[in-house]
Amino acid sequence: MIPVIIGATFILFVLVFALPGEPWQGRCGERECPASYIEAFKREYNLDKPLLLQYLLYLGKLVQGDLGVNFYNNRVIDELAVRYPTTVKLALIAIAVEIVIGIAAGLLAGINKGRFLDSLVVVSTLVVVSIPVFVIGSVSQWGVLQLHLNDIFPVTAAQGTIKQLILPGFVLGSLSVAYVARLTRTNLVENLRADYVRTARAKGLSTGRVIGVHTLRNSLIPVVTFIGYDFGSLMGGAIVTERIFNINGIGGFIFRSISQRDGVSVVGAVTVLVLVYLVANLLVDLLYGVLDPRISHD
Amino acid sequence: MRTRIRALSAAALVAAALVATGCSSGDPTPGPAGGGEVVLRGCTAQNPLLGLMTNEVCGGHVLDVVTSQLMRYDAETAAPVYDIAESITTDDAQLFTVKLKKGYLFSDGTEVKAENFIRAWNYGAYAPNGMAQATFFEPIAGYADLQCPGDDCDANKPPKEELEGLQQVDEYTFTIRTTEPTSNMELRLGYTVFAPLPEAFFADPKSAEFGRTPIGSGPYKVTSNTATEIVMEPNEHYTGAFKGKVDRIVYRIYDNDSSAAWADLLAGNLDFNDIVPGDQLVGDAWIAELGQERTVVRTSGTIEVLTVSPNDPQFKDNPKLRQAIGQAIDRETITREIYGGSRTPATGWVAPVVDGYLADQCGKACVYDPVQAKIDYDAAGGYQGILSVSVNGDGGHKDWAEAVCNNLRNNLGADCIVNLTPDFRTLLNQARDGELMGLFRNGWVMDYPSIENFLTPIYRVGAASNYSGYNNPEFESTLTQAAAATNLAQANELYQAAEAMLAQTYPTLPMWYRTTPAAWSTRVDNVVVTKMGWIDATQVTVHQP
Repeated sequence: MIPVIIGATFILFVLVFALPGEPWQGRCGERECPASYIEAFKREYNLDKPLLLQYLLYLGKLVQGDLGVNFYNNRVIDELAVRYPTTVKLALIAIAVEIVIGIAAGLLAGINKGRFLDSLVVVSTLVVVSIPVFVIGSVSQWGVLQLHLNDIFPVTAAQGTIKQLILPGFVLGSLSVAYVARLTRTNLVENLRADYVRTARAKGLSTGRVIGVHTLRNSLIPVVTFIGYDFGSLMGGAIVTERIFNINGIGGFIFRSISQRDGVSVVGAVTVLVLVYLVANLLVDLLYGVLDPRISHD
Repeated sequence: MRTRIRALSAAALVAAALVATGCSSGDPTPGPAGGGEVVLRGCTAQNPLLGLMTNEVCGGHVLDVVTSQLMRYDAETAAPVYDIAESITTDDAQLFTVKLKKGYLFSDGTEVKAENFIRAWNYGAYAPNGMAQATFFEPIAGYADLQCPGDDCDANKPPKEELEGLQQVDEYTFTIRTTEPTSNMELRLGYTVFAPLPEAFFADPKSAEFGRTPIGSGPYKVTSNTATEIVMEPNEHYTGAFKGKVDRIVYRIYDNDSSAAWADLLAGNLDFNDIVPGDQLVGDAWIAELGQERTVVRTSGTIEVLTVSPNDPQFKDNPKLRQAIGQAIDRETITREIYGGSRTPATGWVAPVVDGYLADQCGKACVYDPVQAKIDYDAAGGYQGILSVSVNGDGGHKDWAEAVCNNLRNNLGADCIVNLTPDFRTLLNQARDGELMGLFRNGWVMDYPSIENFLTPIYRVGAASNYSGYNNPEFESTLTQAAAATNLAQANELYQAAEAMLAQTYPTLPMWYRTTPAAWSTRVDNVVVTKMGWIDATQVTVHQP
């Protein structure tokens, strides 16, 4: 884990600073900044030192849990503290949508393989997957405005309250719903043909128990893997949804920081993302054991 | 149907107001009674909220109501009127005597006195402090002594710490002496960079806290400043003439995404919006949607030009070629088709909103005439090889640059291509380093509403924004004379003469002036959109339900 963080921060640090353009350019409206301003700026943020030394100074602080101060003279930890809760809320809503709708749809399709319900799920998920997220987002905003539902589902989420995040959460989760439904369906169909299912049926177990306890549980392992990975990517990769709904989240923050050459912010935000990925993967690994006791953690 | 929309949006507004007034955790506590609150579209300030540092609109809109200066620009006409100043007098446009009104207070209750101006300006001009707006103090005598020798503040400290041209007479009077006559000094003093700073600032000038929630002498003060919004409430110590009406101004950050702000305006979550998505601008759809009474379009104090690269040998000493290129660009069609009318074709180098504007200064190069353009282009020898038009790729400039290139290809037969730089910073860097050939984009947003502000900072030799490398001794001397004029009318005439000189060699080709769309919600009244294209937050009121 530590080599991963050091590696990731170093690569990012070098990459952000290798981009053309300087962080102070564009801060002075449509004109050049005075030399004295640039000089004071460089001094304040150690930009007058060699890159490796800058990185070591940064790493020294990072080890003590200090993510540093960005080019707006704000502590990166404070910037993240404003945005991470919103992003986590949004990702959790999206994941909840995926789990509830995705697994239910997959289950229905799997049980009714080859029948109308199955075809409906397969075709409708295909349609959802093929529509870009900004189309879904903008159309949903338009629909809410047309139906005057703004007070139930606000069309933007500047403050990031749960209520405001429901609509964007649905939009964000809609793509993955399709994947989850298809994964669940395929695995369920496959497992329903397995020997142990026949045995269970032969034993006289009820259909609900055969499917709910014996088959679905086994079929969920790839789904859980996907959701774990998806959680990580939703955290940092929801830029489009964040912009459409004016959500102050991590994705947009990283995007803005990159375009403003605010390296300290980028590295700080991504370091936390790396941690999130690692923890999400750990949780997934632990869940495997719960779903399938054959996978043990000794 | 219409009434139903109104009723529902009123309900939505109440809900929105409840959400908006709650703290970031989102508990719905009702806002304070009285003047109500307005929600304005905001963007992230690039620098601390300090007049000495803020030079872009995001922070500027906040400072407009949080600070006050000696002068204030009238919301309707943009003419300067006395604010903190009781009077500013001069006999020679070089020595100004400033008398302050007594009893003008900062939001921490301390009084605004002459020394608050003198110390703030000295601090701003002193190079080691690294203030972004330091150059605004350049006209004041002694500015050069506050700069670091060789522009290297690490090695050399400036010889002095105080501007020689600022002298305190008594607690409420001081004098400003400028190095050269500066006829429009009074007008400049309305800009936020000239705001006074309280004692509390000097205790810890680098304080991040002051940069977030500054103490100013304006009608409002910042009470909270987060990544999502800046909240302003009335400064209870304010005694000036521009007291606000509403009890709360929320400056909600949208980070330039026009669709989110537009959706919020329609939903009634936002009261004032000055960016409208491109698809709404087409055919004035946004005006049809909201109605004339809730919208206005203002020509703003901005201009966009194509600068002729000073390093391009083909353009050197060939004004005819430059003129022909300007003449071949169909500004009318481009502004209509690409910008949906959110730009107005330029006919000179000065935006029409300012004092001293004169139309049609650009002459032939701004009048579309493809036939004559082709004749002049060929007569001038044409442009050999690839003519590049460089614009930054992050500002939505690609479309019009393509259109300009199409004009040049079709009308002149020039081999024109668009060169995109990743962002504005890169464009400025490459322009400064002389890497760009052909034409490149430059824009200018005025600092204060004067014809002078469109000429001196852009075309004077050695000016920071003189990307065209314009150098004309006659132009220089006319600017100097204009600055020395003792009355504004005479000064303006001289500035107009200077502007006309640009049409002899066309260092830049004027393209268009930006117009700002402004739209507001149904619950606000007394909306005055200033010449700068922004709402006068001190006049707006909210209906009480």
